[in-house]
Amino acid sequence: MNRQKMYLKIVFSSLLRRRSRMLVALLAVAIGATVFLGMGAIYYDIPRQMGREFRTYGANLILVPSGTDSRMRLEDAVRAEALVPPDKLVGATPFRYETMHYNMRGLTVAGADLASARKTSPYWRVQGEWPEEENQVLLGRDISENARIYAGASIELEIAPAGGRRFKREFKVSGIVSSGGAQDGFVLMPLRTLEALLGSPGRAAVVEMSVAGDSAELALLAEKIRAEVPGVTPRLVKRIMTSEAAVLGKLRVLVYLVTAIVLGLIMICVGTTMMTVVAERRKEIGLKKAIGAGNWNIIGEFLGEGLILAGIGGLLGVGSGYFFARTVSMSVFGRGVALPVFLVLLTLLASLAVTVLASLPPVAGAADVEPSVVLRGE
Amino acid sequence: MKNILELHDVSMIYGPVKALQNVDLNIREGEWVAVMGSSGSGKTTMMNIAGCMDKATQGTVILDGEKVSRLSAKDLTAIRRDKIGLIFQQFHLISYLTAVENVMIAQYYHSMADENEALSALERVGLGQRAGHLPRQLSGGEQQRLCIARALVNHPKLILADEPTGNLDQANQDTVMDIFRQLHEQGSTIIVVTHAPEVASHARRIVHLDFGRIVRDVLNTDGSAAKDSVTGAISL
Repeated sequence: MNRQKMYLKIVFSSLLRRRSRMLVALLAVAIGATVFLGMGAIYYDIPRQMGREFRTYGANLILVPSGTDSRMRLEDAVRAEALVPPDKLVGATPFRYETMHYNMRGLTVAGADLASARKTSPYWRVQGEWPEEENQVLLGRDISENARIYAGASIELEIAPAGGRRFKREFKVSGIVSSGGAQDGFVLMPLRTLEALLGSPGRAAVVEMSVAGDSAELALLAEKIRAEVPGVTPRLVKRIMTSEAAVLGKLRVLVYLVTAIVLGLIMICVGTTMMTVVAERRKEIGLKKAIGAGNWNIIGEFLGEGLILAGIGGLLGVGSGYFFARTVSMSVFGRGVALPVFLVLLTLLASLAVTVLASLPPVAGAADVEPSVVLRGE
Repeated sequence: MKNILELHDVSMIYGPVKALQNVDLNIREGEWVAVMGSSGSGKTTMMNIAGCMDKATQGTVILDGEKVSRLSAKDLTAIRRDKIGLIFQQFHLISYLTAVENVMIAQYYHSMADENEALSALERVGLGQRAGHLPRQLSGGEQQRLCIARALVNHPKLILADEPTGNLDQANQDTVMDIFRQLHEQGSTIIVVTHAPEVASHARRIVHLDFGRIVRDVLNTDGSAAKDSVTGAISL
């Protein structure tokens, strides 16, 4: 039997035939690996998960016309959109603003891609229905309250196209929109309807984009758009991005702390278990040294046991850690969690490193055992 | 026959306690020597020094022609591995290894584990059928025989046994002494440390220790020298 085979026989026999003590250490490593992988998976996925959550707060990247133009060409906006990875683009909504009159009073009418607006501005609350036909509009809450026009009623708007004759058109109010922002004072209608009424199609005053990604990714994207689409100027919505970065930063620190504390506790647990194991096996160590084992034999055997425990515990921890992360993610974010391969490898490496570090002091003590002392007759 | 072990003016002093005092002893190859004495007489201390498990505080120890008294712990481990077979009163077997694996581990630390050779060693002590048993599945006598098989497997120059029958009943004691007799006949050098005259009576030479000194060193050709110690006879 070669030396490696005999070494493995010694190490595995020790683990398998002294199960009860080793189970404690195995459990400690497995729990540590569970928390490490679980928290790691959450940590890794937080930007994605929280990024999706933050998208409910509205657009985080605005495209405005470059230079002194008051409107951009929609084809430029489409080119800019194409620079966003498809899996990152939540939505892009072009807006065109015009003034119309109701009862001699000027109203801001926003023509928008309303289907897209539902994605970029999910926080808008609509009482009634979203417009589905060309003669339907959404009325801002403030206008609705002031003019006492409610969902289901009609509103007659006076339209003055540039260089053309004024005319009136009646629209059905399909719903009342409430956003807590400027939209509460707008009349919102499909962009195509507005273009049909006023001409100059394919133009927008602003395009609101909602992009999943952290502030660094968004800044890069903005740079790219600025460089490649000169007709539009990208602007980051700092208010959203700053809040997002602050929340993510705090969550990450929390995950760091919890993971560090758990790893520390696991080191103590594995270390004390190994200390107990070494203390219990002083006679065995003394005997091995008496029959010719060198210090490196003793250290190698104990570390071998530790590494096998770490490997098995790490693998168990990967499985249960993924389950833990998935459960947390499902209950908090309502979505599953990604499990990158590097995190699995990192968990296994961390299990090995923590076990070796925790085992080193007691194992070094094992090498100091004097056979003549521990084997003394009773 | 050349000397396999030489102790020259060896002393072992632990603080105020003089465990061994100026001991001189030569043991030739193939000898079967019993070291006798009461508790605290220095028997185990002498065995630890002879077995390279401890270093004398004074004097010279030569084992198989090599001066070992000033060697490092690492070198002493190598000497134990290559030249000494140890047998203990408490057997000191590794609980999670089977009988054959307990023998193979001594081979493993020495050079290469050879299962067939380990099985042969077990056969020599009558444990061939118990090779796959764990120590807890063996009787006290069987455990001691396993301990002997482990001590023999690397063909040591010197076999050191510390109270080898201390935990055995008469039948097992006889079996173990029979094995020692066979080993002696095959040319092994054996030192048995014991306080039991009936165990010492099997040896061919008996060394008596008292208060860390050799007080008697006699040949035991007819088995009567051990009995003399019971009556307190001293002959130097």
